[in-house]
Amino acid sequence: MSEMQKIERHTISVLVDNEPGILARVVGLFSGRGYNIESLTVAEVDAKEHFSRITVVTNGTPMIIEQIKAQLNRLVPVHKVSDLTIEAPSLERELALIKVRGTGEKRVESLRIADIFRARVVDSTIESFVFEMTGSSDKLNAFINLMQPLGLVDVSRTGVVAIARGPDAL
Amino acid sequence: MAAQEMNGAAVVIRALVDQGVDVVFGYPGGAVLPIYDELFKQNQLRHILVRHEQAAVHAAEGYARSTGKVGAVLVTSGPGATNAVTGLTDALMDSIPVVCLTGQVPTHLIGNDAFQEADTTGITRPCTKHNYLVKNVADLGRTIHEAFYVARSGRPGPVVVDLPKDVLQAKTTYSGGAKATTVRHRSYNPQVKGDIRRIEEAVELMAKAKRPVFYCGGGVINSGTAASQLLTQFVKLTGFPVTLTLMGLGAYPASDPQFLGMLGMHGTYEANLAMHGADLLINVGARFDDRITGRLSAFSPGSKKIHVDIDASSINKSVRVDVPIIGDVAHVLEDMIKLWKARQARPDAKALDAWWKQIDGWRARDCLKFRNSDKVIKPQYALQRLYHAIKDKDVYITTEVGQHQMWAAQFLKFEQPHRWMTSGGLGTMGYGLPSAIGVQVAHKDSLVIDVAGEASILMNIQEMSTACQYKLPVKIFILNNQWMGMVRQWQELLHGGRYSESYTDSLPDFVKLAEAFGAVGLKATKPSELDDVIAEMIKLDRTVIVDCQVDQTENCFPMIPSGAAHNEMLLGPEDEAKPVSEEGMVLV
Ligand SMILES: Cc1cc2nc3c(=O)[nH]c(=O)nc-3n(C[C@H](O)[C@H](O)[C@H](O)COP(=O)(O)OP(=O)(O)OC[C@H]3O[C@@H](n4cnc5c(N)ncnc54)[C@H](O)[C@@H]3O)c2cc1C
Ligand SMILES: Cc1ncc(C[n+]2csc(CCOP(=O)(O)OP(=O)(O)O)c2C)c(N)n1
Ligand SMILES: [Mg+2]
Repeated sequence: MSEMQKIERHTISVLVDNEPGILARVVGLFSGRGYNIESLTVAEVDAKEHFSRITVVTNGTPMIIEQIKAQLNRLVPVHKVSDLTIEAPSLERELALIKVRGTGEKRVESLRIADIFRARVVDSTIESFVFEMTGSSDKLNAFINLMQPLGLVDVSRTGVVAIARGPDAL
Repeated sequence: MAAQEMNGAAVVIRALVDQGVDVVFGYPGGAVLPIYDELFKQNQLRHILVRHEQAAVHAAEGYARSTGKVGAVLVTSGPGATNAVTGLTDALMDSIPVVCLTGQVPTHLIGNDAFQEADTTGITRPCTKHNYLVKNVADLGRTIHEAFYVARSGRPGPVVVDLPKDVLQAKTTYSGGAKATTVRHRSYNPQVKGDIRRIEEAVELMAKAKRPVFYCGGGVINSGTAASQLLTQFVKLTGFPVTLTLMGLGAYPASDPQFLGMLGMHGTYEANLAMHGADLLINVGARFDDRITGRLSAFSPGSKKIHVDIDASSINKSVRVDVPIIGDVAHVLEDMIKLWKARQARPDAKALDAWWKQIDGWRARDCLKFRNSDKVIKPQYALQRLYHAIKDKDVYITTEVGQHQMWAAQFLKFEQPHRWMTSGGLGTMGYGLPSAIGVQVAHKDSLVIDVAGEASILMNIQEMSTACQYKLPVKIFILNNQWMGMVRQWQELLHGGRYSESYTDSLPDFVKLAEAFGAVGLKATKPSELDDVIAEMIKLDRTVIVDCQVDQTENCFPMIPSGAAHNEMLLGPEDEAKPVSEEGMVLV
């Protein structure tokens, strides 16, 4: 496979006006043009200016990734598009709530592993825990996999949020 | 100007007038009655009542493309808005600036499946450049001005403003004037000046080129009349050959010897082979459409590529380029010309000479020649005669979609921009008549001709009624081959001659049809009748349909079958089509 055909994973930050329909515009762009969304998060980040920040994790060939950024940039309410995967060293975090049901040895084991992974117990009954965990998506995946045989019943994840390292704003 | 109190509907009219709109193409209905009421009370803004909302948008497109201004449309909610969708998509694909105002149910009923409610912003989101739902009358004036700004700035396109009826009836204050109409946008500010280092790089490559070719498109027309003049000046300075896309025709004078004709699927032999053999391709305002590139892996394989485009998403979309220049054509060309003149080095005259010799060799094939007949009218011949009759006139041409459209592109020559209106990107049958109406409204004393096919014309034939109502003397020149000729041609060449559903039985008598609308109908069935019929058509100051009955079996050549390369062109019926690759068969 040539360099140009290699599928790459990119995390892209998009600063947008927080206005009705903006999420539909972004999501519609991805589905309409056949781009992939691995994860997408959105929330207002500046109440005064009404800015929302969308973090989208996508994948594609370098040409597709370039297209995605150009297409996002030409949406009228988009202020800035930044490819955190290549533009700057960046941090990525995801939060998950993970429900595990079990008793006895399995219950104890889940707690022990949670401790190793620095997952917090945020709810508990005599037969279940809800763990809260923050970290890279890989770390979350690893923890969730370990919980599988221990009684994993439910997972809710936020999707990736990301930010560039260093002193500068987006 | 002092702020005045008025209702939302009056704001709409005032804002349109402040934008310099003199005509709006529309169709009324419950949700927009307040606007129609305000229209009734004034006489600054003219309204053209179409017979179908799709036609309102095409008319606005014709108006826009022929004037360089933004076209304006007004339709009601629900079916009014959904009928406009094809027109909006057409304008999006061809980068035509249009603002379409749609009525909407009152805000408190939105989402209620109210009578004639449609999620217009939802439906039109993918087929507009941008759209707005105005929920507060205080935002109305500003939003309309912003819509015009977005429609015409950067890469132009259609913008929808959805107007709930309660917003139209609510009171607000509006103050017009320059302050209101000048929009300073928070986020949308397209770059018009090109990066000067890139332009230097481009000029550098051009000075070193041995087999260069300019490949220019609709972006030159979008950029304004000055852009075409600058392009012509620059091409002449360099001595390079130039070819234009379907959307670019008129951007460079067709009669000039440096012009190679249109390129692409039905482009000339010399244009396509020049693209294939070039060592430098200078793309100015064209978008490497798949009807141009043919098989991508075989597209202009030996060339360095320069690409000037105002839309970054057009660059490297399908073809990788070496020197991307993001900016407006006129701005970039101005800088290029400056740099070119300042430079001493010139391209190798001997190499350029050899390149022209090779091109002249290709030209000598005379790829547009056809076997004429004295019994049956060949469509190409009909267009040659038409061209002969109009070439010195103040004329605008629109087309429908099909073979006739391609023949019109090949046989009518355009010396100026803004004279050629055709649906390129979407290929919308039914575009030509309403578009011609829009052109004629903008240029009341000019000759406006819709070169049509008998199938396409039926898609918006109701607009005959509009043309007659406003006494618009548009001419509809139907190349009537009784077939969906372009479909029949593909079936003949690619589907073993199985002519599935491409013949139209029970066509109307077009002469009587014209008369039924109050227009004039003329008919030509023999080559010998052509000149008289064309002269009569031009002479009449009336809406005219010409039923020009042409050879039913004629195919449009040259043709690059889908998925083939530029040097695998079919030049005429003698050329056997090679079996088309699987990759090609899936293309349209
Ligand atoms: C039946 C049929 C057959 C066809 N066959 C052919 C054919 O043989 N040959 C052919 O050429 N076409 C053909 N077409 C048309 C084809 O589908 C495309 O519509 C056309 O080729 C696109 O033209 P373009 O590249 O000039 O781009 P346009 O669609 O006109 O796009 C303009 C480009 O310029 C850019 N631009 C806009 N404004 C500016 C500005 N101010 N400054 C800089 N850049 C700007 C835009 O971003 C865009 O990239 C056919 C269509 C039909 C329906
Ligand atoms: C709205 C729409 N439907 C279908 C098509 C597909 N199509 C392309 S050309 C064509 C035939 C056009 O026939 P006619 O108008 O008679 O023109 P001709 O090719 O015969 O000159 C068709 C059906 C289209 N372009 N637009
Ligand atoms: Mg036909």
